[in-house]
Amino acid sequence: MTMITLQGVEKHYGDYHALRGINLDIQAGEFFSLLGPSGCGKTTLLRTIAGFEDVTDGTVTIDGQPMANVPANRRPTNMVFQSYAIFPHLNVAQNVAFGLRRRKDLNAAARNTLVEDALDMVGLDGYGKRAAHALSGGQRQRVALARALILKPKVLLLDEPLSALDKKLREQMQSELRRLQRQVGITFILVTHDQEEALIMSDRIAVMFEGQIAQLADPQTLYRRPISRQVGEFIGVMNILPAEVKIAVGARIAVDVAGLGPVMLTPDQCPAGAKTGQTHVGIRPETMAIAFENDTDTGNLIDGQVEEVAYYGDMTYYDVRLQNIERPVTISMKNLVGRHVLQRGEKTKVRWDERSLVLFKQ
Amino acid sequence: MSGRSLRIYAFVYLVFLYAPIALLPIFAFNDGTIIAFPLQGGTTRWFTELFAARSTALHESVINSLIVASITAVFSTLLGICAARAATRYRFPAQRGIMGLIMLPLVLPEIIVAVSLLIVFMNVGLGISLWTVIMGHVLICTPFCIAILNSSFQNLDPAIEEAAHDLGETQWNTFRLITLPLVMPGIISSLLISFTISLDEFIIAFFLSGTDPTLPVYLWSQLRFPQRLPVVMALGTILVVLSILILILAETMRRYGLRRAGLKDKGGFL
Repeated sequence: MTMITLQGVEKHYGDYHALRGINLDIQAGEFFSLLGPSGCGKTTLLRTIAGFEDVTDGTVTIDGQPMANVPANRRPTNMVFQSYAIFPHLNVAQNVAFGLRRRKDLNAAARNTLVEDALDMVGLDGYGKRAAHALSGGQRQRVALARALILKPKVLLLDEPLSALDKKLREQMQSELRRLQRQVGITFILVTHDQEEALIMSDRIAVMFEGQIAQLADPQTLYRRPISRQVGEFIGVMNILPAEVKIAVGARIAVDVAGLGPVMLTPDQCPAGAKTGQTHVGIRPETMAIAFENDTDTGNLIDGQVEEVAYYGDMTYYDVRLQNIERPVTISMKNLVGRHVLQRGEKTKVRWDERSLVLFKQ
Repeated sequence: MSGRSLRIYAFVYLVFLYAPIALLPIFAFNDGTIIAFPLQGGTTRWFTELFAARSTALHESVINSLIVASITAVFSTLLGICAARAATRYRFPAQRGIMGLIMLPLVLPEIIVAVSLLIVFMNVGLGISLWTVIMGHVLICTPFCIAILNSSFQNLDPAIEEAAHDLGETQWNTFRLITLPLVMPGIISSLLISFTISLDEFIIAFFLSGTDPTLPVYLWSQLRFPQRLPVVMALGTILVVLSILILILAETMRRYGLRRAGLKDKGGFL
């Protein structure tokens, strides 16, 4: 079932064109992410859904109801703000209960039960009497979640909710948010600039650049088959190689890749389609490998020379110079038992597989 | 400059600043009509005289001043709230210019303001009364109120108001339940400071007060009678103590507001 439909949504701030023709369907119960660099319009889009921004053109529909002229306080959405926006003069329980002020049908006891349940759900049971300013960043985050979820909104909007937390806490909150979303079954829309966060948490991701959706896909498709060079480079590390499409007839796509030579690609590897001419292909660092003498893997081999080594503990990243390409390619290798780390300047063989290539939008 | 001469400089500066004020209580308790050393011995008769029934003109001027200061404080704070909110929350054409013009009375010579207001009030046939004094005082107090309230409103995270709205409250309830309590310390601070400024303002009151003098204007008129001078000293002592108390209260409120919002102090008037 579709929960949110955006049709031709445009937003102008004076001369600035923040959203350009956004068309989007978000399913009920989905964990959906809007991913993009700062200034790409993802937060504007979220605020448009919340009702904090009017659209210049186009329509927003939530649960079948058109949202034109419906102010934020009457929309079935609730928001978790980047700054958490905890009311500083109220304690934790008063913060969480704030939205219940409108519920005249509740008596004090029912209200308290709801507040306790909500605090329990986010792991803050017993914190009700705490003052807002006595909370840590992670706890504020939880209060903001409880305060929004207590109203049982149809859609929960999260505006970069984890960006202010340190790495450990952020990872913990990521899995907790995911668990919470499955538990309550509410549609979550997350705005983030952190590609890893989007991949970990989302059912589907819309990648945005300059007010437009560049690609909308599930995490695996997005990572393995980015539609354009821009998307591929924004999500994870991607080696970009110049290429020329020689033949593109139906499922027969022959491409000459600089440094790697001629390859045959499947239509699946060309998410934006293929036509003859100059373009680029992408290949992920972990789908290439340094060919050690004792390994028995198959695949194409090519000569190279190590130019840079970055040792991460669990992984080693090599920049390897290949013949006939300008820029060295990045290759990541797991530091398995008995596998040594190459030195700068060492000659090596690089193993690659044409199935891991993706042809970008031409 | 060495540390020693800096310390001497600081000392001399503070003496210059506060020694004349320190003379007020000294002569207020001095048993003699001539304001000069040596002192004549202690007395509280100037304070008794101050509250005596024959000082009705003085009492009336005090009441006038309290009326003017109270109404001025309320009006200039109300205007300050509107201006500070507009300046911090919205963007509009010529915003900087407009705010600059509103803040200008802060540096405009008061005598110029007073004379121009007098001419305008006379020409439009308004005459002069305590109400014209109030208008003049609102004009010069509002910039102070805006300066204080600006910092209160600026410290308020816009997302906090959006959150309340998002949780179902109307704009008015959001203002009442969230915004107002959070800027209240700033509002009280603004009321107290504009009250204090109006209370001891002389030039505008002198030009615009007509037959009902405010306290400073009355005091000035009393300087012609040397034998009344010690009473003025007694009154001055009370006013200084009162002003200091009010300012301490205003600053305490401002800091309390910052603490409650969990913010760092970035300076204020004190």
